[in-house]
Amino acid sequence: MSETTAEKIPVTVLTGYLGAGKTTLLNRILSENHGKKYAVIVNEFGEIGIDNDLIIGADEEVFEMNNGCICCTVRGDLVRILDGLMKRKGKFDAIIVETTGLADPAPVAQTFFVDEDVQNNARLDAVVTVADAKWLSDRLKDAPEAKNQIAFADVIVLNKTDLVTPPELAEVEGRIRAINPYAKLHRTQRCQVALSDVLERGAFDLDRILELEPEFLAADEHDHDHEHCHDENCTHEHHHHDHDHHHHDHDHGHGHGMKHYHDEDMQSLSLHSDKPLDPNKFMPWLQQLVATEGQKILRSKGILAFSGDDDRYVFQGVHMMLEGDHQRAWKEGEPRQSRLVFIGRELPEQTIRDGFERCIAA
Amino acid sequence: MSKAFEPSENSDSIVSVTDRVRPIEIGMPVSAVHFLGETAVFVGDEEMLTFVTGSGEAARLPVHDGAVLCVASDGKRIVTGGDDGKVVEVKADGSVATVATDAKRRWIDNVALHPDGAVAWSAGKTAFVRSAKGEEKSRDVISTVGGLAFAPKGLRLAISHYNGVTLWFPNMTATPEVLDWAGSHLGVVFSPDNKFLVTSMHEPALHGWRLADARHMRMTGYPTRVKSVSWSADGKSLATSGADTIILWPFASKDGPMGKEPGILAPMPSRVTMVACHPKQEIIAVGYSDGTVLMVRISDGAEILVRRKVEQAIAALAWNAKGSVLAFADADGNAGLFTL
Repeated sequence: MSETTAEKIPVTVLTGYLGAGKTTLLNRILSENHGKKYAVIVNEFGEIGIDNDLIIGADEEVFEMNNGCICCTVRGDLVRILDGLMKRKGKFDAIIVETTGLADPAPVAQTFFVDEDVQNNARLDAVVTVADAKWLSDRLKDAPEAKNQIAFADVIVLNKTDLVTPPELAEVEGRIRAINPYAKLHRTQRCQVALSDVLERGAFDLDRILELEPEFLAADEHDHDHEHCHDENCTHEHHHHDHDHHHHDHDHGHGHGMKHYHDEDMQSLSLHSDKPLDPNKFMPWLQQLVATEGQKILRSKGILAFSGDDDRYVFQGVHMMLEGDHQRAWKEGEPRQSRLVFIGRELPEQTIRDGFERCIAA
Repeated sequence: MSKAFEPSENSDSIVSVTDRVRPIEIGMPVSAVHFLGETAVFVGDEEMLTFVTGSGEAARLPVHDGAVLCVASDGKRIVTGGDDGKVVEVKADGSVATVATDAKRRWIDNVALHPDGAVAWSAGKTAFVRSAKGEEKSRDVISTVGGLAFAPKGLRLAISHYNGVTLWFPNMTATPEVLDWAGSHLGVVFSPDNKFLVTSMHEPALHGWRLADARHMRMTGYPTRVKSVSWSADGKSLATSGADTIILWPFASKDGPMGKEPGILAPMPSRVTMVACHPKQEIIAVGYSDGTVLMVRISDGAEILVRRKVEQAIAALAWNAKGSVLAFADADGNAGLFTL
């Protein structure tokens, strides 16, 4: 997907639980004076009141690919609609896919991994999840769909922050971070977010995988809970890198007192190594991992330093689907570190950590 | 045939007729071509049909307010469906009539024609049939319709969808028969002898059923999705796109292609995007993703070059009813007519 991205139409996936404010955000995107034209794909049974020239009703039809992989589900309606839209190339600059409140984002994303025509014409830009600050904590307890949408997100618009107290806001943010510490999070009222924060993110662009640090690190000055082992082979989290450059992402400066929650079934897992990896061990391990645990792994990403390789290797995945490529040469003085993150459900942490350690080059 | 098709004796060189092709600029992306009598009608991606006569004169005809999503022709009329929710019928004299307008302005995803004059189309999960007398009926299936085809005999419509095909007799009240197979079924065709039904699937494969007993036929091994299929003149072989050769499935026996190897013709370092069997002779016209067009004789694989490769893939390919003219166009609208 990273090749010739310039000519491909960017597609933003807009998810969020019922009533969180997806339509508000969509209307903001469409009405703002940005000089761009959007084709909008909405659910036919979804909320109405969207004012746009190119608006297409979709049925969210998911089907299983016949490739023996049960989590390899694809949105067939999206394949058809994108194919039809491509006949009107030049009439729009980007596409927004609004899903229903109960939708799982994975089939939408997987459509971009498996369908050749879709890949040739369009590129998945980012999954943007609108969350309701007042009700999300409850939904995370009772609605697996809401949890999926948070876990899958590249950008989270935490909306209706005016309806909650600061402690309530801290709680909901803590719960979001327990599931997905990597998404960009924006606190909003009536979805007032800069459009550049939700559009043209390049979140699925291999060339734009720059760093894999938890987003909240800068705000989290307590730095507790992290394991501090000093074995140089240690593959546990080391949160000692360069905190400063995260500050600009946190406009409200909620630096203190973020609570740490643990989500019982959805977590993220980060792996790290300062020693180069053996590509002949790592690649089979990763493929085997997603083949066996892919149903549990919603998203994966990695920046890898292989032994005897002067280029950074980057990969990303959705469930069992992976794509990866050499990205660029390691810069002089740049630490050749490998970092992987997995977000998923009931991840077998120790198995993954042990397997990863065995991939470190001897 | 000998006069029309004269490949080289020497298999190292290929006979070229490229200098006998009349080039035509359609001036817009093209998705299909059909003949109405001797006039080639190129279907634009948006709004327009372009009528091109044998002498190369071109005239444009607007049919939709937006994208032309699907098209079918029986040689007497062309019916298109658009993203404006309209089904439009065009005749050789250039007359345009709106067959139907979807009440909700949904996209018209598929159209099919019956020799007796009936028209079928689909929008979302609903397939519609309008008989020659103008009587309209509809039927919903389990998911969005992937393709439509009328059976060669009787008024029976195949509606492909997720996990199979519904066979519907619009004039009968009986529950339609459903042929099952997991996956998303897109294009659908009956064999000319009405014995087999074949779908092209979302994954790179065809699936077939023997209609007498719904026996399955899996036709796999393609590197890409099959988007173009064409029955040979004798109806005994199905030529298909999707590989770097024509894949020709044998349907002569009662078991269809089961247990048999498909024929492989016209290998190229490029993907076959379009196939069009000659209406009378055992010749297949084939277009590739690099813009090459060849004619290939089924019996011995002999080839004649009709168009050299350019950049754009061949998106449209058709013979006239007599088989005397071949029309092609690439995705950019660079077209040509070759008279045998």
